[in-house]
Amino acid sequence: MADSPTPGDRPKRPARPASGGKPQARPTSGGKPQGQQARPARPATPADRTPVPRKERDVAPYEPPTFRSQIPTRGKVASWFAPVGGFGVTISNMFRPTVTEEYPSEKVPTKPRYHGRHQLNRYADGLEKCIGCELCAWACPADAIYVEGADNTPDEQHSPGERYGRVYQINYLRCIFCGLCIEACPTRALTMTNDYELAGPTRAGMIYEKQDLLAPLREGMLAAPHPMVEGTTDTEYYRGEVTGPTPDQVDWVREHRPDDPTLPGGAGVDAANVPGPAAAVMAETVAAATKQGLRGLR
Amino acid sequence: MTITTPRATGTPLVPAPAAETAPVPADTVTFTIDGVETTVPKGTLVIRAAEHVGIQIPRFCDHPLLAPAGACRQCLVEVWAPGRDGNLAKMPKPQASCTLEATPGMQVKTQHTSAEADKAQHGVMELLLINHPLDCPVCDKGGECPLQNQAMSNGRATSRFVDVKRTFPKPIAISTQILLDRERCILCQRCTRFSEEVAGDVWIDLQKRGALQQIGRFDPAVLDFAGEEPVGAAVEDTSGRPFASYFSGNTVQICPVGALTSAAYRFRSRPFDLVSTPGVAEHDSQGSAIRVDHRRGVVLRRLAGEDPAVNQEWITDKDRFGFHWQTAPDRITTPLVRTRRADGTRGELEPASWVEALEHAAHGLREALAPSDPRETARGAAVLPGGRLTLEDAYAYGKFARVALGTNDVDHRARPHSAEEEQFLGHHVAGRTLEVTFADLDAAPAVLLAGLEPEEEGGVLFLRLRSAVQHTRLRVYAVAPFASRGVQRLDGTLVAAAPGTEAEVLDAVVPGGDTAQLAAAAEALALDGAVILVGERLAASPGAYSAALRLAARTGARLAWVPRRAGERGSVEAGTLPSLLPGGRPVADSSARVDVAAVWGVEHLPAEPGRSATEILAAARAGTLGALVVGGLDPADLPDPAIAREALDRVPFLVSLEVRRSEVTDRADVVLPVAPPVEKGGTFVTWEGRPRPFPPALVSHQLSDHRVLDRLADELGVELGLTSLAAVHGELDQLGGWDGVRVEAPAADAAEPPAVAPGQAVLATWHLLLDGGRLQEGEPFMAGTAKRPAARVSAGTAAALGVAPGGGVVVSTDAGSITLPAVVVDMPDLVVWLPTNSPGSAVRDALHADAGDLVRIAAAPAGAIALTDRPTDEEAGA
Repeated sequence: MADSPTPGDRPKRPARPASGGKPQARPTSGGKPQGQQARPARPATPADRTPVPRKERDVAPYEPPTFRSQIPTRGKVASWFAPVGGFGVTISNMFRPTVTEEYPSEKVPTKPRYHGRHQLNRYADGLEKCIGCELCAWACPADAIYVEGADNTPDEQHSPGERYGRVYQINYLRCIFCGLCIEACPTRALTMTNDYELAGPTRAGMIYEKQDLLAPLREGMLAAPHPMVEGTTDTEYYRGEVTGPTPDQVDWVREHRPDDPTLPGGAGVDAANVPGPAAAVMAETVAAATKQGLRGLR
Repeated sequence: MTITTPRATGTPLVPAPAAETAPVPADTVTFTIDGVETTVPKGTLVIRAAEHVGIQIPRFCDHPLLAPAGACRQCLVEVWAPGRDGNLAKMPKPQASCTLEATPGMQVKTQHTSAEADKAQHGVMELLLINHPLDCPVCDKGGECPLQNQAMSNGRATSRFVDVKRTFPKPIAISTQILLDRERCILCQRCTRFSEEVAGDVWIDLQKRGALQQIGRFDPAVLDFAGEEPVGAAVEDTSGRPFASYFSGNTVQICPVGALTSAAYRFRSRPFDLVSTPGVAEHDSQGSAIRVDHRRGVVLRRLAGEDPAVNQEWITDKDRFGFHWQTAPDRITTPLVRTRRADGTRGELEPASWVEALEHAAHGLREALAPSDPRETARGAAVLPGGRLTLEDAYAYGKFARVALGTNDVDHRARPHSAEEEQFLGHHVAGRTLEVTFADLDAAPAVLLAGLEPEEEGGVLFLRLRSAVQHTRLRVYAVAPFASRGVQRLDGTLVAAAPGTEAEVLDAVVPGGDTAQLAAAAEALALDGAVILVGERLAASPGAYSAALRLAARTGARLAWVPRRAGERGSVEAGTLPSLLPGGRPVADSSARVDVAAVWGVEHLPAEPGRSATEILAAARAGTLGALVVGGLDPADLPDPAIAREALDRVPFLVSLEVRRSEVTDRADVVLPVAPPVEKGGTFVTWEGRPRPFPPALVSHQLSDHRVLDRLADELGVELGLTSLAAVHGELDQLGGWDGVRVEAPAADAAEPPAVAPGQAVLATWHLLLDGGRLQEGEPFMAGTAKRPAARVSAGTAAALGVAPGGGVVVSTDAGSITLPAVVVDMPDLVVWLPTNSPGSAVRDALHADAGDLVRIAAAPAGAIALTDRPTDEEAGA
């Protein structure tokens, strides 16, 4: 409020603290308007002292400010060209390089750190990195990830250590690709690929299961489950000291799954890398859309 | 009841206990914490006083229900105390606030105001984390771990430790259920203190010293006992797994790190996944508060809830782990209807709509009540609700029988029972709630147990008794054939009684009695506040309830009835007994009938007291009963399962309200699915008569029994008005208690002890806590912690039979036989004890006999039993 009441404006009342005071009309020159609308000053005439009903006194008549344009006035030539001036942008763009992307007929690679579809990585010997700890699900702001852990048993060792992710689902209808799950992952099992073509005919199909998300086996990897490299713990795996399957692991797989395509002399990793159902449908959808796009070009 | 609005006048049917007021402490101490002056009762620990003024001190080993240990040192604070000269002097080192009692004028500075305390706590945390594996991502405790939380709040952000951590093989299985990961352990000793102080089972303990100090199970290799097993342990081993405990799950819950985990919940979920709903355990009449944690409609675990008046913070493993039965694959989810073939035999059960099933059921019941063929001898309908119901459901069964079926033939007792028991319940139990409570046991100088084995049949009751034995010097007297391990851990005095002679023994409890035990018991019971607890097993012992009432009158001790099942007490209050209406109103009393008929809005109620469960089944077997409505009842629990099965086979029309497929649904004409406790709300009533309301944990379309019965009655043209819990509570409150004439006290005579011929013995039997019950199915880890079934005989009997050490006995009747390994205990001769319903020892099913009956007994031929008196290491680690 004002520092002190202006003489003549209800002089008998002491100044009130700003916080407790009721809105009152004050001369603007007296001080800052304290969160209230500044009102025009009123003449402090004796007539004003006559008791006026409060409402009436508070509401001052609105006086519109005088309008004055800030745009400088143009010269004669400019005013003459003004009606067609807008075409200047159009015409100048005709001579610029085109920016239209011919998606999906031409697919432009994303930037390397683009946040695309997730992938569950593997260690060099083919064991999964995911330990089913659910930290990704915990970090997810969109509640798009659902994980259930389970015990690794000697007969079914999916990942190094005691625990693996038995169920892993990412709902791409919910995912906002923020990447917090990647930051949360303690084993770097979850990373993002650059794949942005996420489309599908059904809502259920947009929920990726573990087999859709698992990274494809690379040449030399041995499909899980199989035991860890003998004499190692999950620490050695994490440190990157495991560089590939050992003969013991190969023997174990040969004994338990003689037809496994990733065995040496087997059908090869390409035969093992069968995409999961959701990923397969999505790949089909995207391929169909691409074809559609290409047809338009012909 | 707490769940209803109290009536303006009178008391509700099952009134809630009055709120407990904290006693005003005699001596107080005034001191300051962080400059906040506070006054606490003398003897209060500083850490507890800090909690009261809202100052949080980090801690691991401290637990309000365990004795202070000062083991983890995390709660260090700076302390200034007045010395002899009266001047404040600082204690030279930081003090553990969990073991430090507040003294007048003391000034405590926690980590909030003292840099020294803060530094000390950071140092302790750093030391605790040196050998901790930090494997939080794979640890079950991750997300709800005090170590994790306090390492964040009171620890260093980064580790300075660069050396190799101490590792142990992980995890070792202490039992099939409890897994121990020693790497994560911070040696706070909460688990060992719990097992020593609370449960009394020393099954894990500290071993070794220094950096190698660890929690371990009994391990002959560590303790250097290899080759020479201790005698004491060996005796116990034959009867069960060594060092297994019914309360082991509590250690998992109080472990402040992930060192103890349960196999059932291992790697199942994370705390943020779970939705927690408070609940009440459905396994026993103790009404333990539990917390049901579920995710997406699936219950993943149950934890102990906190209720100082009932279970404190402990529950039994059965309450904790036994919940898979509710989602068993044999759950019934739709109504089923069976059509009779042309020759009258039963066809196949077919799924049906509710409308169809209810119509079919109503048609069958109507036909039974008023047969279209006047020559039909099978007339009338009866109701067997079973003993596991909530108060509301039991009430609905009682009302359904009386209003819709017009009969008093309703009996919830699916166990050996007697007319004397019914009279006892009507006289002493019904309508007299909260006369003896858990708090009274704490205050009691002596408790006499008769027909009740507190650990096996009570669980939490045992813990409360044990706590009273330890803290308030309670003395326990047990009228039983032998002192079980539970009674031994209560420091109990055995008042030996062969089965069937309980009445005689109770009558002999007089000052200057025949034996020292009898005289001591009489003397103790005469003390102010003494309590007599009788179990449901006394029903099999003629005259025992009468004798117990006489004993109570003689000594002035209070008498309470402790049944086993969760629904028994509530059913007594709700009036599902043939001679009892709700609130202990006798059927024979016309004013009681008028009272109830007025609330129920009917002209009159059937005046003739009904038939007991045994009589109902006998009538059904004889073909004089037209229809049966059966709730959650297992024929194998009944005194003679064979007769029960025959009765169910022969009754012309059978309606079953069940959660899962059972022997009853296999014979039923109409099966109406009902909700298990996790999917419905309701109220269990504890043995004290304390209402324990609980909400539904899961969203479910299944109906609870009272709603099904309401719809069935609708179909019969009778309006029960029990469509919702609120409606039932309204009626219960309207009914209120009964202050009229009660059922007369029973005055049954004791039976003459039977003459035992050579080769015979008297059977003693009771249920073990973990046995072959249907509510424990689907949980193999818990089943592994059950005691091994064993027959118990006295040394004299064993010698007379020629049972070799480690040999077995064959107990047989005309119906069948049971072969079990024999354990020699100190008990009366010519008595043999068998677990009632353990694997390989289904006494009622196999022998058609019960406690007090004569059975034949012989030594088992060599090789008849596998000599697995002691589980091998592989088994224990499996």
